[in-house]
Amino acid sequence: MVVSLQVIVDFIQNNFLKDDNWRYLANGFSITLQVTFFAFLLGFTLGIFLAIIRVACKDLKPSWKTPSGLLINLLSKISNLYITIIRGTPTTVQLLIMFNVILVNLHNLKIVAILTFGLNSAAYMAEIFRSGIQAVSPGEIEAARSLGLSYMQTMSRIVMPQAFRNCLPSFGNEVITLFKETSISGFIGLVDLTRGAGILISKTFRAAPPYFASALIYLIVVLILEQIFHALERRITHD
Amino acid sequence: MIEIRNLYKNFDDLEVLRGVNLKIKPSEKVVIIGPSGSGKSTMLRCMNLLEKPTSGEIIFKDQVINHGHLDINKVRENMGMVFQQFNLFSNLNVLENLTLAPIIRHRLNKDEAEAKALELLKRIGLPEKVNNYPNQLSGGQQQRIAIARALMMDPDLLLFDEPTSALDPEMVGEVLELMTELAEAGMTMAVVTHEMGFARQVANRILFIDEGLIVEESNDPNDFFNNPREERTQQFLSKIL
Repeated sequence: MVVSLQVIVDFIQNNFLKDDNWRYLANGFSITLQVTFFAFLLGFTLGIFLAIIRVACKDLKPSWKTPSGLLINLLSKISNLYITIIRGTPTTVQLLIMFNVILVNLHNLKIVAILTFGLNSAAYMAEIFRSGIQAVSPGEIEAARSLGLSYMQTMSRIVMPQAFRNCLPSFGNEVITLFKETSISGFIGLVDLTRGAGILISKTFRAAPPYFASALIYLIVVLILEQIFHALERRITHD
Repeated sequence: MIEIRNLYKNFDDLEVLRGVNLKIKPSEKVVIIGPSGSGKSTMLRCMNLLEKPTSGEIIFKDQVINHGHLDINKVRENMGMVFQQFNLFSNLNVLENLTLAPIIRHRLNKDEAEAKALELLKRIGLPEKVNNYPNQLSGGQQQRIAIARALMMDPDLLLFDEPTSALDPEMVGEVLELMTELAEAGMTMAVVTHEMGFARQVANRILFIDEGLIVEESNDPNDFFNNPREERTQQFLSKIL
């Protein structure tokens, strides 16, 4: 018992505490969290916007001849194209294109990653929101309109709150996917949790401890996110 | 109060309404019957422009409302509708269901709306349900609250689209009772229904619609049911009575 405890202490000492090696993981983890958080904000906002544009275009069937109708039609077409392209290409390729082509003059790697993952996630979130919006009972929408509520008032008071409730489970999955997907940030040299583990290995020449440690950290965060979304679901269903 | 002139409505190639004319005066209770697919619900839904007429005019309080120059939301505020599927807002509790429209449309402030909602809930016999959500209520309760929701806007006209068709038989009575009460209080009503007892008791006028046309119209419900003139009306009544 005493021996095995000593083994564990030595193991931790040699792999993580010596030379402050744990800092590679800790700093990487901090980057991973930041990228995830800001990419989430961007993806969420843009995703809702894209979803509303597409649903509004389908609901209102605006004419191409009026300025506002033209704008909605055009935005909707662009949204469709955007979603098709983002969902049809690998995130890694998108990240590399962002870094090497589109944002080649931007030297802040963190921002490149946030923009890439945010813009990527927006396409998926748009589809999730759209299915959530379309699952709202058409009867309730008609009831709201029959009381005199405008399209926008109906959207904000009846449709959107229900859409959020409808798509919360898929939405939780998307946030978890986004969080894990940031692990490809190393492709552009950003030292996130995964890349931090890689650097640590090149120092200690032992692959297992850093990789398992990083896997464990990802897992714990995912479990926490799952709990948060379960709690949210419980809070906003009235069954 | 409301007038329909030469109303046509097509869904793609399907002609649902083929030239309907109808005038409803204040305080009148018009009951509309007919086989399913005859266009009676479509006619009702054209009145508040939930369906856009293909041609013809809807005139509400002396204004043509389907030519696009009026704020349709403003018009609808004065024209309540009760649906077959109740359509209470499932994300809101009963009080919020009632107060949402009058507050958001600036008819009443929050306190006034809540006071009025509580008063209406008392009137329909459901004051204890004020904080419940729609899925916690029976069909009959939901429909009575849907009627109260429409009344919150003090409409000049109430449209009922088969209000009891989705209810369990034992709950039909409570909804019809409330509708009868409203009728007696002088509400102008257009009711699409299969409840012939209600039609007999409450209607000032009965319309029989088939294949997109008003086939028969009568100001005397008892006479209409006892001595229908048109052959198609006779066939229909013989099947359902």
